[in-house]
Amino acid sequence: MSSGSLGTIVLTESDISRALTRIAHEILERNKGAQDLVLLGIPTRGAPLARRVGARILSAENREGDSVDGIDSLDSLVGALDITMHRDDLRRQPTRALEPTRIPAGGIDDKVVVLVDDVLYSGRTIRAALDAISDIGRPRAVQLAVLVDRGHRELPIRADYIGKNLPTSRSERVRVQLRELDGTDAVVLHGTDAVVLDGTDAVVLDG
Amino acid sequence: MRHLLSAADLTRAEAIEILDTAETMAQTQSREIKKLPPLRGMTVVNLFFEDSTRTRISFEAAAKRLSADVINFSAKGSSVSKGESLKDTAQTLAAMGADAVVIRHPASGAPHRLATAGWIDTPVINAGDGMHQHPTQALLDAFTMRRRRHGAATTGTDLAGARVVIVGDVLHSRVARSNVDLLATLGADVVLVAPPTLLPVGAEVWPCALSYDLDATIAEHTPDAIMMLRVQRERMSSAGGGFFPSPMEYSRRYGLDGARLRALPDHAIVMHPGPMNRGLEISAQAADSARSTVVEQVSNGVAVRMAVLYLLLAGGRSSERNAQ
Amino acid sequence: MSTSYLIRGAALLGGERSDLLLADGVIAAAGPDAAAQATADAITLDGEGLVALPGLVDLHTHLREPGREDAETVYSGTRAAALGGFTCVHAMANTDPVADTAGVVEQVWRLGNEAGWAEVRPVGAVTVGLDGEHLAELGAMADSAARVRVFSDDGKCVWDPVLMRRALEYVKAFDGVIAQHAQEPRLTEGALMHEGVVSAELGLTGWPAVAEEAVIARDVLLAEHVGSRIHICHLSTAGSVDIVRWAKARGIDVTAEVTPHHLILTDESVRGYDPQFKVNPPLRTAADVAAVRAGLADGTIDIVATDHAPHAAQDKDCEFAAAAFGMTGLETALSVVAETMVNDDANDFGWADVARVMSTAPARIGRVAGQGGALRVGEPANLTLVDPDARWTVDPARLRTASDNTPFAGRELPTRVVATFWRGAATVLDGEPQPDGAR
Repeated sequence: MSSGSLGTIVLTESDISRALTRIAHEILERNKGAQDLVLLGIPTRGAPLARRVGARILSAENREGDSVDGIDSLDSLVGALDITMHRDDLRRQPTRALEPTRIPAGGIDDKVVVLVDDVLYSGRTIRAALDAISDIGRPRAVQLAVLVDRGHRELPIRADYIGKNLPTSRSERVRVQLRELDGTDAVVLHGTDAVVLDGTDAVVLDG
Repeated sequence: MRHLLSAADLTRAEAIEILDTAETMAQTQSREIKKLPPLRGMTVVNLFFEDSTRTRISFEAAAKRLSADVINFSAKGSSVSKGESLKDTAQTLAAMGADAVVIRHPASGAPHRLATAGWIDTPVINAGDGMHQHPTQALLDAFTMRRRRHGAATTGTDLAGARVVIVGDVLHSRVARSNVDLLATLGADVVLVAPPTLLPVGAEVWPCALSYDLDATIAEHTPDAIMMLRVQRERMSSAGGGFFPSPMEYSRRYGLDGARLRALPDHAIVMHPGPMNRGLEISAQAADSARSTVVEQVSNGVAVRMAVLYLLLAGGRSSERNAQ
Repeated sequence: MSTSYLIRGAALLGGERSDLLLADGVIAAAGPDAAAQATADAITLDGEGLVALPGLVDLHTHLREPGREDAETVYSGTRAAALGGFTCVHAMANTDPVADTAGVVEQVWRLGNEAGWAEVRPVGAVTVGLDGEHLAELGAMADSAARVRVFSDDGKCVWDPVLMRRALEYVKAFDGVIAQHAQEPRLTEGALMHEGVVSAELGLTGWPAVAEEAVIARDVLLAEHVGSRIHICHLSTAGSVDIVRWAKARGIDVTAEVTPHHLILTDESVRGYDPQFKVNPPLRTAADVAAVRAGLADGTIDIVATDHAPHAAQDKDCEFAAAAFGMTGLETALSVVAETMVNDDANDFGWADVARVMSTAPARIGRVAGQGGALRVGEPANLTLVDPDARWTVDPARLRTASDNTPFAGRELPTRVVATFWRGAATVLDGEPQPDGAR
């Protein structure tokens, strides 16, 4: 059941796991460790992805050895950044509910912020995220990690860390399912004629 | 939700959505940069036919922090005092490009008329109408109670089981009506306490209990929150209706004094929509006590009004969406 | 020589079908004689399926002239009356200037004659300027060409008990009647709607039932004491019905009226703050509506009177508190009575009862000779033909009153007035007002 009306599975659970592990190592390598790093996941699905990448970074840095403050460490490394109010298409949609924003206690000033999202498409979500970040503080640098880059950029934005480059047509839909929200891990490509019956976050996925 | 006219119009899910959104808004207000962009390019008109500096400023701050432009229209010294009708005033402001009207009016139902009479076609937010409703006040009160009750984990919660006592001039109070409606929707257990002259005929069907005895209510109901309503001194005069014999007698029977403050459960909070009549419905001791949330209510008011403005205005209207 | 009309086969008071010949201002013939006596130039009307009623008489109409001709004139108001089946209306005194002198009542009476749609009987004010302090010259108005018999400060209550007593006594000299607007003023200061569950929720100052009932109770006792008759305007509460029923059982000479709107609408209508539902006395509860219907059916309430109260658009197109009290009613009254009384089997109320409460009894109370008579040979030809089975939807723009403040906009109602005859002339034919020259 890898195709048909349910769409084509382009990343399996283990593919996703490997991609996130690789992204975690690339982040550490490029930034020479986890010092001054803050990962901000963009809700909805960027938030759990950021926590997974964060956990792998901590694991690689062996900081979970401090078992007592292990959770605290994840919370001090990873946050969530809701960009709803900064979207440029707010008035084209019914009012969107706000998602929580949580910034690690150390803030983001002079930190390296890695934005984490599930799918990179037009780039508009990331533009909104850059605006949202500037309201909160002034990071030393901002980097971008995405699970899937499906192309079709409308703004001069590129990802620093990419789980999978996925050439798509505009009429296709990429659907990311995550254990934390959907009960399963998979990235599914739906063709032109595919109907996403439950409609789960179809709009968000196009971000 | 196109307008916010009455707390009674809100479903439980809508009320919780507003409170949750307000929680997010409140979070942004602790930042150095408080301004957010979602209402950029929009104009909110504060149409105030009644003096209320604090409510107007609260709406103004809320709108500005969401990047809306604000036009303040106060009836005093305006064409209204020269006999211009609400209809003409509203149409004039709409013609100037208002995207929303926040209205405070001494006549019950004036916001309802503005929203439904076909005079203008913008969202209307009721900032207090006569003796009818003041829905954003009820929302900020519920927000304040919810924070005290659930601490950091408020998202998605209601006020089920919360015991609330509201004391004072219920008859003339839009705050009382809005709170009764919203608190009932959120599952709280409400008692209204007032002298019989200041409870409206017909209140017996409201979703709350009624009492004439404040001491007994505090003892039996052990409130989590007690809300003191403003009482106007002129209500005692014959011209004002002669609702009670004297301020002193009112204060003795229905004021929150030191003894009643001590009789409250340790965790109980003291609320007041302001402005307070110290020494009449609330003693200075109660107003200034650590239990008082009066100042907190004011700052919560901005967050709640930001949430309401955001939810009513940020999304496109269906007609605009279809056009695009 | 005036036009004569031969009406074929209309059901008289909804009962026996008969032909009627209207000629020379009277019912000239009935039954088989009618066709036989009709001249060749008589206009024949098919009365098949129609009910013939005596011309309706309204004891409570606001024609607004002089003073508020932007809301209604004697001409426009009486034309609306004719379309509603009326051949006589009583023009209330709260005009500007107030109808408190022989001069003003004669002016209104003359305007009615000139308009030619229906008989206009002016109501005289009880007190000068409706101020409730000094009796107006009631005798002068009674003796004037307008022959005023009904006196009322309607819109305001004659509150001073001594003044009320004097008025009740004084009008006995010329068989007049005081029509009291029963409203205790102190209990209704700032009142906007019925005081109860709905007013509590809407935050609108309440108009308690007791403010009406207390005044009615006082006034029936006063009338008993001085041996006068008294008429109660627009009675609206269950308690008022009980008090009038008690007074009648006691032998007090009291009559009472109910408006069409109090027979059909409740305070629930006010929930939208639409000023079209703002009226004085206010719309009451469903229990009150049931009580006034029962009171009308059992004769406790003698008549239906419209309290037709037209208002200019700007006086209704505003916030509830700022709006004027009142609603139009002349063109919807008969339909509302049909809906609430005739068509409701619970009431045992037929067309003969409609004729009683909307024609015969109001003419008797107002001492109007020549109106409200039986559909008998020799009686003045004041009658209306109605189609009881027709249904129509109220469109304010199509009503002929000069104002749009009907509470029934968009509502479907039964019964249409097909034709109205006043003094033998057709004021309405085929549901349309007849041109001035043709009447």
